[in-house]
Amino acid sequence: MLDAMLRIRAYEEQLVRVAGPNHPGTCTAVGQEACAVGVVHALEPRDRLLTNHRSAGHLLARGANPGRLIAEVLGRSHGYCKGKSGSRHISIKELGIVLTSAIAGGELSMATGVALAQKLGYGSPGGIVAVFFGDGAACEGIFHESLNLAATWDLPVLYVCENNQWQGFVHRRETMRTEHISTWAQKFDMPAVVVDGNDAEAVHAAAREAIAQIRRTGRPYFIELQTYRQRGHCEPDDQTYMDVVELKHWKLRDPIALLSERLTDAGLLGAPDIEALRRHAAADMEAALLFAQASPWPSAADLITDVYA
Amino acid sequence: MSVMTLNEAINAALAEEMRRDARVMMFGEGAALKHRNLQTEFGIHRVRNTPLAEAIVAGTAVGAAASGLRPVVDLLFSPFLALSMDALINHAGKLRYVSGGQFEFPLVVMATTGSGLSMGAQHNHNLEAMFVHAPGLKVVMPSNVTDCKALLKAAIRDDNPVLFFTDMSLATARGEVHDEEYLVPLGKASIARKGGDVTLVSYGKTVNLCLEAAEQLAANGFAAEVIDLRTLKPLDEGTILRSVHKTGRLIIVHEANRLCGIGAEIAAMVSEKAFDALTAPVVRLTGPDVPSPASWFLEQAATPQVSTIREAALRLLEQAAAA
Repeated sequence: MLDAMLRIRAYEEQLVRVAGPNHPGTCTAVGQEACAVGVVHALEPRDRLLTNHRSAGHLLARGANPGRLIAEVLGRSHGYCKGKSGSRHISIKELGIVLTSAIAGGELSMATGVALAQKLGYGSPGGIVAVFFGDGAACEGIFHESLNLAATWDLPVLYVCENNQWQGFVHRRETMRTEHISTWAQKFDMPAVVVDGNDAEAVHAAAREAIAQIRRTGRPYFIELQTYRQRGHCEPDDQTYMDVVELKHWKLRDPIALLSERLTDAGLLGAPDIEALRRHAAADMEAALLFAQASPWPSAADLITDVYA
Repeated sequence: MSVMTLNEAINAALAEEMRRDARVMMFGEGAALKHRNLQTEFGIHRVRNTPLAEAIVAGTAVGAAASGLRPVVDLLFSPFLALSMDALINHAGKLRYVSGGQFEFPLVVMATTGSGLSMGAQHNHNLEAMFVHAPGLKVVMPSNVTDCKALLKAAIRDDNPVLFFTDMSLATARGEVHDEEYLVPLGKASIARKGGDVTLVSYGKTVNLCLEAAEQLAANGFAAEVIDLRTLKPLDEGTILRSVHKTGRLIIVHEANRLCGIGAEIAAMVSEKAFDALTAPVVRLTGPDVPSPASWFLEQAATPQVSTIREAALRLLEQAAAA
């Protein structure tokens, strides 16, 4: 898991450098890598994922090729969506990443339908659906409609709320009376747990437990991951609106540092091993960037293809 | 051929398509009550009632369509579509393109609209043009029972999201439907009446008003051609242009609001592609830029009438005679 988290961090740090000035609006989830890796590594190939505008971690954890991801961000023809998505709504059908939405809550609106298809024996029968969203999307009306329908229709959905404390440029404290989104989820008659989203092992254990239960019961399950968005809403962002004390507190709880420390304390890895992984990840992302930059633009004729089946 | 109401034709089309293809399913608020026979035949998984929550009904249809099902959802009244716009416009319409063609969204969204029943502005609003404006969607609105069944079957078989509007005042209208397999392809208008003097283009129930007006014009010695668009997107430009080349005069009739309506699009298209064929300015007879009133009298005032269509046609034809 550490390696996967380091690769996501390296990808997003590079994304900030590359996409910042020329592709404004690119969103990252630096600091939330444990959420992505902990959950996605607990899923099977037959499971389906829906995610959102802050999706690089989920995609990479599922096995996406970073070169094709960056090519997509740069609008090139070798991108997973032929350059038509850009950074914010990349779907990868071959990896079971169906439907990514940049509309907060869009993924929640479609997850029930994907799960209904799974339940009725279409899509990838027997699989469950994991849907990633944030505390911001939880404030959308569709959050409540989605949970209510999944509970009422017994749909195999794993709701993964990455409560990163920020809704665009507004702190969660300004938008809700509750500390935990899970208290809302419980009202829809589904198990709802709160987990330290910066502790990869805790996230992974909770996800495994939740997924096993969904497979057993066919019913939805809700995991709230307490985490923090270390960078701004989207690039470039000076983060002047963020509370420096809070930011510092969470940076001291950085998920990669936490897992590294745990592994070195246990004697499983030494600091040089981790440094080697970091360098390897950085080199891979450098190669990915070169691949993406070499990828040609789509042709002008591609402008009007793929609108209709 | 059998004679049935438009609502019965919808039910018959659904039954035939659900029998033919196990992926076709139906849900919506009260859908299982409206189509009790379908739930009996196809079971509770394929015919479902939903919560009163249009956004998740539409969103669920989008997700299901991307995952191998072919859902038909009933959102009841056209203004309720406003609550489902995110799923329809941002997801169903865009995600095929945004994903570089990785996904298909074969779904049908049904809604009723139209004047005549005094439903008022939040149950009656002809929103067709809004969906024509959104890329990735198709839009259908039949004028009669025969076409309704055949178009709905074609819409269910289409691999794209289709908005299927019916006029609620036609719900109990009776007409003939084919007993054997019969489909009307999407994107193909019909010439409901042939004529060489003036072209009347319409869709939905106002087609029937155009046909009545054409009958009256015949008594005045004028032959009006009536085109029933049937599908608003894709628009059958060829049928319209051929008719305009023949008649030189075009009147577009619809109940929907005037501004940026289908009529505006057709007028623009004809001026781009057949300007030389026109012998008179294009005329639009439409609903005004006003919410649909509940009062029957005001509702009729907002809707094109046979007399206004006839008079508009006579003005064009008599101007021509005077010139």
